[in-house]
Amino acid sequence: MAGAMGIFVQIVKRDLRVASRQRSDLLNPLIFLLIVVSLFPLGVGPGPDILARIAPGVIWVSALLSAMLGLERMFRDDFRDGALEQMMLLPVSLEVSVLAKIAVHWVMTAVPILVIAPLLALLLNLPMSAWGVLWLTLLLGTPVISAAGAIGVALTVSLNKGGALLSLLLLPLLIPLLIFATAAVEAAVSGLSATGPLALMGAFLVITITLAPFAVKAGLRVSVN
Amino acid sequence: MWRWLHPYAKSEATFALNQKILPWFLIPGLLLTAVGLVWGLAYAPPDYQQGESYRIIFVHVPAAIWSMGFYVSMAIAGLIALVWQIRTAELAVLAIAPVGAALTFISLFTGAVWGQPMWGTWWVWDARLTSQLILLFLYLGVMALYVAFEDERAGGKAASILALVGVINIPIIHYSVYWWNTLHQQSTITKVITRFESPSIAPEMLWPLVVNIFAFMGLAAALVIMRLNNELLRREIHRPWAQKVLNSGDKENSNAV
Repeated sequence: MAGAMGIFVQIVKRDLRVASRQRSDLLNPLIFLLIVVSLFPLGVGPGPDILARIAPGVIWVSALLSAMLGLERMFRDDFRDGALEQMMLLPVSLEVSVLAKIAVHWVMTAVPILVIAPLLALLLNLPMSAWGVLWLTLLLGTPVISAAGAIGVALTVSLNKGGALLSLLLLPLLIPLLIFATAAVEAAVSGLSATGPLALMGAFLVITITLAPFAVKAGLRVSVN
Repeated sequence: MWRWLHPYAKSEATFALNQKILPWFLIPGLLLTAVGLVWGLAYAPPDYQQGESYRIIFVHVPAAIWSMGFYVSMAIAGLIALVWQIRTAELAVLAIAPVGAALTFISLFTGAVWGQPMWGTWWVWDARLTSQLILLFLYLGVMALYVAFEDERAGGKAASILALVGVINIPIIHYSVYWWNTLHQQSTITKVITRFESPSIAPEMLWPLVVNIFAFMGLAAALVIMRLNNELLRREIHRPWAQKVLNSGDKENSNAV
């Protein structure tokens, strides 16, 4: 098992280094998220009540859409330069490498969202009592996006026109996440306990993290021939 | 399982089996559709509350039931394709997907037409409508992923994986949407199976509905079989057995070509 752990750490280090040298790739989805969120007050009117009412949904839908933008990067470059094939030839099972890729993707895309989440809540006039729960839903939900997203990327990485297709494949699968995340935040806004939806999101997290690597592996086997 | 499945990895064997079972689905399907639709649309009594417009149930419910059922069968075919690497099962996934999508669309369309007089609106974001809409998206995803691949073999495998991922998600989507919002009436028939309750529908209406449910299954299954056979012939057009089938042109084969 030491070998598997070592390779996991190696891939994490390597991917973090690669990602830190392509900063615009990381910044663009974040700027996209900020712009989409700031479009809503312009579209539906700046009334603080309306904004507070739609804030959980707007933040979550925008987070999902911006995640779709950056997902492709997870395997695309490795597929093009052949690193993916090397990963499949490693003496440890491919699931380890896949988990490392998912972890790095989460750190590079979700952690910035977690950092600016209070800013988004502030922009949309979300009551401060719900900020903690919003942050928790993002903390529990973004790894699900990364892990389920990896399945979609693995299936489409060999296609040139993967982008729009990726959203078509993934967004329907992520609907339960959106439902429970917004339910949790809305419960917190109205002063109710949000533990129920949060517990379900935790369950999604466990299921996707444990099962997704197997589907990713099968998908990569199809894409890398 | 393997011993039973193994012969049908050969396209020829699958084609022959399909030709054998096709009439058993097609003929009862056509007969039951004729009986069920005439019975339901003309002879079943009108509803005491909804009048004549409830009759759309005889199309709506069978389509909705089998839209789910065919997704599960598609996922089973996908599992067989991935676990035992059987190519004909991949083709079955692709044969089922458009038929299932059509059933889903029919259930959504008839639901909208029914909702207009009953609820006063074409569409509401109700749980069962929404989960049906998501099911349509899942079907479209499988079809879109397949056509995106240039290599048909890779496309079939990718579509099988997606069908499997989707089938794990279907119960989650169904119940999450269910908790989210509910306006649609509770199921009146499937609760016999899922909750062991007696159906809350008059027997004069229930029987034509049951006939239609089986009719839709027969017809849709026959369509799947015909699609699968056409695909088998198209893929193997240069093989001797396919040439033989195509050139013979006898009555048994002509309905599939």
